Amino acid sequence: MEYVIEMRNIRKEFPGIVANDNITLQLRKGEIHALLGENGAGKSTLMNVLFGLYQPEKGEIHVRGKKVNITDPNVANELGIGMVHQHFMLVEKFTVTENIILGNEPTAKGQVDVKKAAKDVEAISKQYGLSVDPNAKIEDISVGMQQRVEILKTLYRGADILIFDEPTAVLTPQEIKELIAIMKKLISEGKSIILITHKLKEIMEVSDRCTVIRRGVGIGTVDVADTNQDELASMMVGREVNFSIQKKPSEPSNETLEISSLVVEDARKVSAVNGMNLSVRAGEIVGIAGVDGNGQSELIEAITGLRKAKSGSIKLNGKDVTNWKPRRVTESGIGHIPQDRHKHGLVLDFSIGENMVLQTYYKRPFSRNGILNFSTIMDKAKSLIKEYDVRTPSEMTPARALSGGNQQKAIIAREIDRSPNLLIAAQPTRGLDVGAIEFIHSKLVEERDKGKAVLLISFELEEIMNVSDRIAVIYEGKIVAIVRPEETTEQELGLLMAGANRKKAGETT
Amino acid sequence: MKLLKGKWASITVPLLSVALGLLVGGIIMLVSGYNPIVAYAALFNGIFSNTYVLGETVRQMTPLILSGLAVAFAFRTGLFNIGVEGQLLVGWLASVYIGLQFEGLSPVVHIPLAILAAALAGAIWAFVPGFLKAKYQVHEVITTIMMNYVALHVVNAIIRTYLLAPGERTDQINASASLQSPFLETITDFSRLHYGFVVAIIGAIIMWFLLWKTTTGYELRSVGFNKYASEYAGINVQRNIVLSMVISGAFAGAAGAMEGLGTYGYMTVMADFTGVGFDGIAVALLGANGALGVVLASALFGGLKIGALNMQSVAQVPTQLVEIVIAMIIFFVASSYLIHWISNRVSKRGKI
Repeated sequence: MEYVIEMRNIRKEFPGIVANDNITLQLRKGEIHALLGENGAGKSTLMNVLFGLYQPEKGEIHVRGKKVNITDPNVANELGIGMVHQHFMLVEKFTVTENIILGNEPTAKGQVDVKKAAKDVEAISKQYGLSVDPNAKIEDISVGMQQRVEILKTLYRGADILIFDEPTAVLTPQEIKELIAIMKKLISEGKSIILITHKLKEIMEVSDRCTVIRRGVGIGTVDVADTNQDELASMMVGREVNFSIQKKPSEPSNETLEISSLVVEDARKVSAVNGMNLSVRAGEIVGIAGVDGNGQSELIEAITGLRKAKSGSIKLNGKDVTNWKPRRVTESGIGHIPQDRHKHGLVLDFSIGENMVLQTYYKRPFSRNGILNFSTIMDKAKSLIKEYDVRTPSEMTPARALSGGNQQKAIIAREIDRSPNLLIAAQPTRGLDVGAIEFIHSKLVEERDKGKAVLLISFELEEIMNVSDRIAVIYEGKIVAIVRPEETTEQELGLLMAGANRKKAGETT
Repeated sequence: MKLLKGKWASITVPLLSVALGLLVGGIIMLVSGYNPIVAYAALFNGIFSNTYVLGETVRQMTPLILSGLAVAFAFRTGLFNIGVEGQLLVGWLASVYIGLQFEGLSPVVHIPLAILAAALAGAIWAFVPGFLKAKYQVHEVITTIMMNYVALHVVNAIIRTYLLAPGERTDQINASASLQSPFLETITDFSRLHYGFVVAIIGAIIMWFLLWKTTTGYELRSVGFNKYASEYAGINVQRNIVLSMVISGAFAGAAGAMEGLGTYGYMTVMADFTGVGFDGIAVALLGANGALGVVLASALFGGLKIGALNMQSVAQVPTQLVEIVIAMIIFFVASSYLIHWISNRVSKRGKI
């Protein structure tokens, strides 16, 4: 069998951790080969080895049958390996063409020949059905389009082996469909693809074979046609995975959160939350379903004190907490798992230990008279790390060094441990693998069963349907419908989220 | 190559940097027609040969440590305090002013009072940019630089108008406020070494303690790293920005007191900036914004400055060239990054 890439018995160590141990990956020409693993399993490390960003301690890499030594990304480029990064590496103010030729500019008489480049870019774009406007500025085009620019960039550099790093994490369902079509087109034009992902659905849909790694160890390679989602999931996690959440019916009691006629303006002074009424009772999970940008962020920010409400009121256990400062809100019993864990949830340069006391550092026993008690803080962190299975070399490790799933677990540990009356979870599972998602969902249900109120905001209908006891549909800053998951369908929710009213929605389905 | 990695790197890399700096400086001297070996011998003797130069080196270090701490402290909170020079000048004046008052007061009261006055003056001077940054998002680099000029001319005007003594300077401060010490002078062969270095070391300890052991330091560092997460956690970001500038300014003001109460005992009408505040930026960066690092970097700066005098007088190397050589050494230390990079590069290619 001819392999375009063969990575044999790769081992890569970092101080205190073996990121890759004896992993073998063989990519056939013209196939889409999925690389599956949990967050932090070592997928990115393995690809960084292939791309020349890391040097392996052991193992060999063969490209088109020849043993190679990939010392840096330039060597990888010369070998025709291109990487489509998860976090785009694009200059916002530059045009598509300028971004694509960056570092590889064609020149005529000492000047950059943008015209020729734009023509080349357009030709490649047509060939692979990417339909990218070479003269558009990056800041003006959608995320999905930006990703295509990343793909074009690798093709322009002559790559015929493409690595896609979690390509669907940032895309809308429609964009995911288009991306899958593009990937199939690339294969038909003779390219080979490695797809890094933890989304089982996509693997089943698009890939030919799949290599699974778990905690840095290669588990095996399977033909996708011979397997199913359950088998892949248990290979990845190492045990049976529950896709549906086991929960008993909710027993809601008194109203914990009461929002009435709330108006919140966004940064452009437009009313993003526009006269909203909503209540969440103790012992229930209310899921807010809606398309991104319908006031979800502003709603959370207003509840947590990060943004001023213009009018209306927010009551927590009967007490008016409207426009309180974040610290007072936190102390009055609200826990918040923020949507953007890097921006709001963690101080990435702080240790995990320091992050665990982000809202409690000034209280006893973590400090006394303004002097921090580090041994108590670190002991606390150690017990949370253990209880919530946060995989980190130690509590002294900077939060930055952890994988996304483990960062999220750390935040959840911190927020739930404070035992808030109301827990706000904004997109708590974004970008996480099935194992972590299962864990987080079970924690949310656990809080509910303890009699806490949970407000869940998610753009993923599956999550909303699975976890919530009641679903509030948000549209243009208002709650337009409240439905029970057992009495609705994803289609109906989809229509409500698009602004159709309930009756009509019912008629069309 | 192994020595450039792992636990030895923090020692070997700076040493190699100094060696590279000396090498390039030597080449420059050779090209200009001076004997680098003689010059470097003079430099070395100028730093270590006797107690006098050692005393002078420590004296030179004293204000540098404090101004380095000032810059480093602000850096830790994500702010660039380029106004240390101005804060130092107002601190110097405040210390001298207090030193001129209260005749017959006990030194135990008078000296701390004068140093605190200097710290307070520096703090007030730094409060203005801090406040403007926190409240109106005015960039602190612009305001601190401008405040330097305001400080220079205001201080001069105050001396000329209220405190002028013969020689375009103030009177000598009262002995009870002076950090000068006949004892230290005697054991260092009559250098100008004074008790200020104790103050500077205490300053370094305060900075370390404040940043790493207190809730205030936790907040300051948190705001410096990520103001959004800090806000989310209920930390008052604006307050911490102002506080950071104020504490930074207090260190800078105390640096001024070292000159006012220690080295000189008076203040002259300044034709130009002292440069100590600007050197503080380099000292802070060289010292990686840490308390110990700042002390060590100040030793390098102070030593080179004092040793350079000897290079001039013994090896007849002109001042300009001496300054270039010193700049080379500091340049290479500052670019130790370069050495890391080269060593990574070489080991990646597997040649060594």
